Amino acid sequence: MMGPEIASGFDSPPEREEMESLALSDASASAYRSAMSSIPASISASSDGDPLLAPPPTLHFPISSSASGHGGNPATSTASSFLDPPSYADVVFSPFDSHNGHGGCGSGADNGSLLRSDSSPRSARAAKSDYIKISVSNPHKEQETANSLVPGGGTYFTYLITTRMRAGFAANGDGESEPVEFGVRRRFRDVVTLSDRLAEAYRGFFIPPRPDKSVVESQVLQKNEFVEQRRSALEKYLWRLAEHPVIGKSDEFRVFLQAKGKLPLPTTTDVASRMLDGAVRLPKQLFGEGAAAQVVPQEVVQPAKGGRDLLRIFKELKQAVTNEWGGVKPLLVEEDKEFLEKKEKMQDLEQQLSSASQQAEVLVNAQQSIGETMGEIGLAFIKLTKFETEEAVYSSQRIRAADTKNVATAAVKASRLYRELNAQTVKHLDTLHEHLGLMLAVNSAFSERTSALLTVQTLMSDLATLNTRVDKLEAASSKIFGGDRSRLHKIEELRETIRVTEDAKGCAIREYERIKENNRNELNRLDQERKDDFLSMLKGFVINQVAYSEKLANVWATVAEDTSNYVRGNS
Amino acid sequence: MSALGGGGGALRNASTALAISSTESFAGTPSCHTKRVRRPPGSFYWLHAVTPAPPLDTTTLKQLVFVSDYAESMIPPEIGPPKSSSQSPRSPSGAPFLSISVTDPVKLGNGVQAYISYRVITKTNLPEFQGPEKIVIRRYSDFVWLHDKLADKYKGIFIPPLPEKSAVEKFRFSAEFIEMRRQALDIFVNRIASHPELKQSEDLKTFLEEDEEAMERIRSFETGIFKKPADLLQMFKDVQTKVTDVVLGKEKPVEETDPEYEKLKHYIFGLEDHLTETQKQAVRLVKRHRELGQSLSEFGKAIKLLGACEGDSLGKVFAELGSKSELLSIKLQKEAHNLLMNFEEPLKDYVRCVQSIKDSFSHRANAFRLHCELTETTKLKEINLEKLNLMRSDKTREAEIEYRELKAESEEATRRFETIIKRMNEEIVRFQEQKTAEMGLAFHLFAKGQAKLANDIADAWRSVLTKIEAYSLSSGHD
Repeated sequence: MMGPEIASGFDSPPEREEMESLALSDASASAYRSAMSSIPASISASSDGDPLLAPPPTLHFPISSSASGHGGNPATSTASSFLDPPSYADVVFSPFDSHNGHGGCGSGADNGSLLRSDSSPRSARAAKSDYIKISVSNPHKEQETANSLVPGGGTYFTYLITTRMRAGFAANGDGESEPVEFGVRRRFRDVVTLSDRLAEAYRGFFIPPRPDKSVVESQVLQKNEFVEQRRSALEKYLWRLAEHPVIGKSDEFRVFLQAKGKLPLPTTTDVASRMLDGAVRLPKQLFGEGAAAQVVPQEVVQPAKGGRDLLRIFKELKQAVTNEWGGVKPLLVEEDKEFLEKKEKMQDLEQQLSSASQQAEVLVNAQQSIGETMGEIGLAFIKLTKFETEEAVYSSQRIRAADTKNVATAAVKASRLYRELNAQTVKHLDTLHEHLGLMLAVNSAFSERTSALLTVQTLMSDLATLNTRVDKLEAASSKIFGGDRSRLHKIEELRETIRVTEDAKGCAIREYERIKENNRNELNRLDQERKDDFLSMLKGFVINQVAYSEKLANVWATVAEDTSNYVRGNS
Repeated sequence: MSALGGGGGALRNASTALAISSTESFAGTPSCHTKRVRRPPGSFYWLHAVTPAPPLDTTTLKQLVFVSDYAESMIPPEIGPPKSSSQSPRSPSGAPFLSISVTDPVKLGNGVQAYISYRVITKTNLPEFQGPEKIVIRRYSDFVWLHDKLADKYKGIFIPPLPEKSAVEKFRFSAEFIEMRRQALDIFVNRIASHPELKQSEDLKTFLEEDEEAMERIRSFETGIFKKPADLLQMFKDVQTKVTDVVLGKEKPVEETDPEYEKLKHYIFGLEDHLTETQKQAVRLVKRHRELGQSLSEFGKAIKLLGACEGDSLGKVFAELGSKSELLSIKLQKEAHNLLMNFEEPLKDYVRCVQSIKDSFSHRANAFRLHCELTETTKLKEINLEKLNLMRSDKTREAEIEYRELKAESEEATRRFETIIKRMNEEIVRFQEQKTAEMGLAFHLFAKGQAKLANDIADAWRSVLTKIEAYSLSSGHD
């Protein structure tokens, strides 16, 4: 018995490690996020208060022609200069000018940042989505209608979510070809519902992770700060959903963004009541089309974890334990070599992403501090200049004061450049963080696959047990001539169960195959997306560094030139 | 950096002093325009042969060589070759010059008693010196001796400050600390050598010319017999005057009330505050450069690994970005060092100079008090003498002698006080001019370093950009 135990002892730890690394990366991810969001606070804050950025007064806002695209209307381009620091526009950039127009790095794509305030350089993908605008704004405090048990806990915030769809995609069905704008009010709980629905309906897809509930933050942070953080997180989240080729076109998403009034998607009932109900029907009927081919015994296509069926939970748990400890080869195992390789690769990638994202945060902080210290040096020199000028007795003092002032001005300028550079760096390197977040989605898609496999395995071993019992009964009854009535009845019952289970198994296998297919497609899509994103990130990062470094060099070169008479031999 | 002549001191400019720099001795210090002594390579320690001390890590020291821009330019113009009168630095026989370099720090001794010794090279054509070139070995405490002697003898002159006594034990023998101190000591002796009054001091000559044993003897003689009692005596006197002040109801000791002097004091105290703050920020700026360098290097490594996950040619772009990050990290560390030596250190020196001015304030206050007291007593004695004269007392003669002595003493005190005032008035002009030049240079080197760093950064990333462009073209993005 030792053999298998040892073997399994080697098998099980990786899972735990994986869990740990997940938890770790999650923590670091949120730390990074908070660092990222705290640094360019000025930028995101300004986007909130800027009247130009508020949704236009008319909700149904027709755009003259579909050709105008992103930055076509004049309001957009003027507003973009508000958002972006005076970046590359005024930098002489001749050798690279020709390439500026793509990848979100050039000024043309920068206009997109009006529409996507996080403006990571992904406008290329955004262009493929049905939406040309998604904005979350106007947080509004509301009173809970149902009396809450917790005193003071009866308020919540709703956010105005405004979307404009690309021409021809609007859901009003009358073939109208002009883009249409929608505005709905949603609260965070609705977003949770949306993400739960999506997770149920799109197993195996890499569904962008939703922002954390962050109960602690809501208590620690200042109300305004928290609301603003949540607002921008929601906006980012919705954009990510919109950019997803399948989710972005899903009915759930559309309903969430377009249905007036209360969110029609039913809220997920809590675990206890789900247990009591045994099963919850999918909300597919809401859309009246049963979009995806849902198969009959719906329970099997849903993961057991949600607690729909106590018995099934226990069964699958038993199966999992058998798989791990029993040393018995399950009847169906993951055999997709390519997938396993890919999975390992993704784990490696996640680790590298996590460390790169951490280092990016450190880098950004260091860049921020150097800018701040440069500013403080400048300030100190300004004070010194003032002091020397006031106290000056000799002309040499006045000369020195003038020199000091020169340096002070340069230091202050440099400090500002560092800060602008850093805001841009944060924007670009945020891609790392975003992809780290997506790794969570990948992992949950993979675990959907594992749990679907587990369901299949459970059903198969159930079948095996049932068949054995039937065989036994048949063998027993065959010994008695003419048959044993009760036994025959029992066999009939069992055969019926087997038939149902076979059906269920068929569904489960189909579901498993579907998830596998989704996994594969999603992996390919993600690979491509990541390449594009990384390329844009690198490009944006590097272009910024070059542009701002050139500016810094100019600032200091001027000072060096002005003071060159102090070098002996030059005078 | 220009001082890195690689042993073959190139003439930077015909009108400037030549920098003799040999990498292995990192003598990037001001040396003068006479015959350029070229030590054969390997002769680094020949003077230190007494103690076979392990040489300092030459590789770490080598990278410090480039910092000497500031130190080199610190030699005030008057000891440089005459600007216009004689354009030939190689024939200095005409113009008098005195140039000193402090070089070759070597760690001697072990444990607690370990110390650094320096080679002090003097080159001069001044007749009062023994010869055109003299080399002695000195340690930090010898410099302190020179400083204290001058401070004692030349009251009112702003004695060039010494670098701080000791850093944290951990850093005491770090290459960077040693190099910074060497540079500061070099500036210290050269400032003395270029000072119109100080350069004539006997103590300077002793310091520059006596062999090590004689130096040791002089110092131990003074500290053992002479110096300490003098200090004690001064202390007694101070306590005494304070006591009498209190007894006589003089709450405050007599102070000068010259408005101009008041203004100067106010200025110096304010200046000290501002400079201390500025210097503190400069220290932080150095630290920030190091931190940014560090994080860039870590970032570069992480990016490389991330790129390895991508594999294909995009991975190569990542690798390129990663290695440039690491390269820039080194540049940042270098700039941090440049900042430390050429920007932070001059600011610190500025603070030290201001503190040395404050020392002369207290000398002046003491001299003023003595002058007042003696004038007062002389007056009393004079009145007394007149009284005695009227009374035709027998004591008249005695009193007259006493009065004469006191009067002489009083006049001497007054003269000393006036000398201090005169010196300080001259010194403050010198100080302001010197600091304008020195800060101008520090500003220049600061700006130059920052500009160079920024240009390096721009260049490095620009080269990555070409790789990115190439990649996006090849992979059909666009």
